[in-house]
Amino acid sequence: MSTKNKPEITARRRFFTDAAHHAGLGLLGGLLWAGYADKARSSVLTLRPPAALPEADFLRTCIKCGLCAEACRNRDSNIDKETGKPRPETLKMARADTDGVTVGTPYFVARDVPCYMCDDIPCVPACPTGALDEASVTNDEGELDFRKMDMGLAVVDTNSCIAFWGLQCDLCYRACPLMDEAIKLQYNRNPRTGKHAFLEPVVNKDVCTGCGLCEKACPTEKAAIFVLPREVALGRPGSHYVKGWDKKDQQRVGERKMEDITTHDKRSEKKAADYLNDGVSYE
Amino acid sequence: MSNIKYLILRRITQIGLLVLYFGAHAYGWKMLSGTISSSSVLGTIPLSDPFAVLQMLAAGASLGLDVIVGAIIVALFYGIIGGRAFCSWVCPVNMVTDAAAWVRRKLLIDKIERKVWVTRNARYYMIAIALVVSAVAGFAAFEIVSPITIFNRGVIFGFGAGAGLLVAIFLLDLFVLKNGWCGHLCPLGGVHSLLGKYALLSVKHNSDNCTLCMKCKDVCPEVQVLNMIGKRSERVVQPECTNCGRCIDVCDDDALGFDILALGNTK
Repeated sequence: MSTKNKPEITARRRFFTDAAHHAGLGLLGGLLWAGYADKARSSVLTLRPPAALPEADFLRTCIKCGLCAEACRNRDSNIDKETGKPRPETLKMARADTDGVTVGTPYFVARDVPCYMCDDIPCVPACPTGALDEASVTNDEGELDFRKMDMGLAVVDTNSCIAFWGLQCDLCYRACPLMDEAIKLQYNRNPRTGKHAFLEPVVNKDVCTGCGLCEKACPTEKAAIFVLPREVALGRPGSHYVKGWDKKDQQRVGERKMEDITTHDKRSEKKAADYLNDGVSYE
Repeated sequence: MSNIKYLILRRITQIGLLVLYFGAHAYGWKMLSGTISSSSVLGTIPLSDPFAVLQMLAAGASLGLDVIVGAIIVALFYGIIGGRAFCSWVCPVNMVTDAAAWVRRKLLIDKIERKVWVTRNARYYMIAIALVVSAVAGFAAFEIVSPITIFNRGVIFGFGAGAGLLVAIFLLDLFVLKNGWCGHLCPLGGVHSLLGKYALLSVKHNSDNCTLCMKCKDVCPEVQVLNMIGKRSERVVQPECTNCGRCIDVCDDDALGFDILALGNTK
């Protein structure tokens, strides 16, 4: 090979190679980083502090300062009557090894330490960014109102709840800060004995705040009543189901008549007799 | 003692801030609560990390007034007075990377290792990447990997596996690249360099006193900013200088000192 054919490194070539080098490295870094970021999102089961924005907005708005967790730990309210000290702090800041919670964001595990639903909700005004939205827990009189908290919804596993077996247990019912509102006891006849009643805990989804005091109180080895984020706990029937006996729900569909509602899909292009017989051989 | 004066002062501020943060959570002290991402002084004055706020805005967050005001206060302080002083006087990771640099000097690693070259401008590319990834991911991207906040939160709320990241930074600086994290990669350092570019406080060199011993260049974590040593009597103008004062500490000839620029005087 002669030296004449050796490619010349011109300023132009250097410029383009450098540009490609920088862009390539930037893209490599960005892809790795974005890939990690995608995996770093919290699990859908994460319970956030009271008044937290919906998870996607919460994650973009929380600056991970920990002021909510600090306010929770050093609150004046909810003093333990026996020790005279505040009860242990509910809010934790996720560490690198916390499973399923984005590092540095506040969360709580109801079975460990539930939310005690302080009257003054100290964690929410402490937030500097609005990731905890004070307006969402403020009532019409402009006061903070713990009834408006919404961290999740308590769900009963009727298979493992011993009250559904007929044993007497109303621990969750009594632990609930909104007693006889968020959890009611439903009386049912126990046909096995013929003379006893089932006292079954039933959660009212419109009142429950998801504080988790019931989950903490539940005596079964793994709690039979537990808090899930509302999006996980609740199904969605869809707008086409109407409670005809419910005036409000009936209003939702207004004056629409059955005849106006027709369904069009691929099959309705042909008559039934045609598409049902399509592709059938009669030999 | 005079050759570690600023070093001691810096360690006192760095550790003192961590103690205040820790006490705020553990004992309810009010002096400085929160974390380095966003704090509250005496429960009233907000302070926030301008870079975190920038990422959050890139991610499309609509932010409360407190955190915006906090970021402006911090940006004004470093922009007008401190320069890049955050990196050497406040940031806790500085203690990790300083330790790595110290071990490097003791073990003469610089004289032995094969050099890996990385541009010191990498941090500015990191800023751009962080903002793009924040916009794509929908949350502040650097904040989930930042060793600075992981160290800071670790002291307050417990380290957990986050300690591994700090060990990794130490090993990077020790065995891969001299001043690798703070001097090349950290985007927060890049932001503070840009912020503090026109600040009043900086180091000034008097070349008449200089004996060319080069001790300052041995200890400087951003050695390129000392390009005037022994040549010209002038202020350090490159924005990457962290105002750490190590060069002033080690100078035996009174050829370096802090200088507060009187407004309008650029010499």
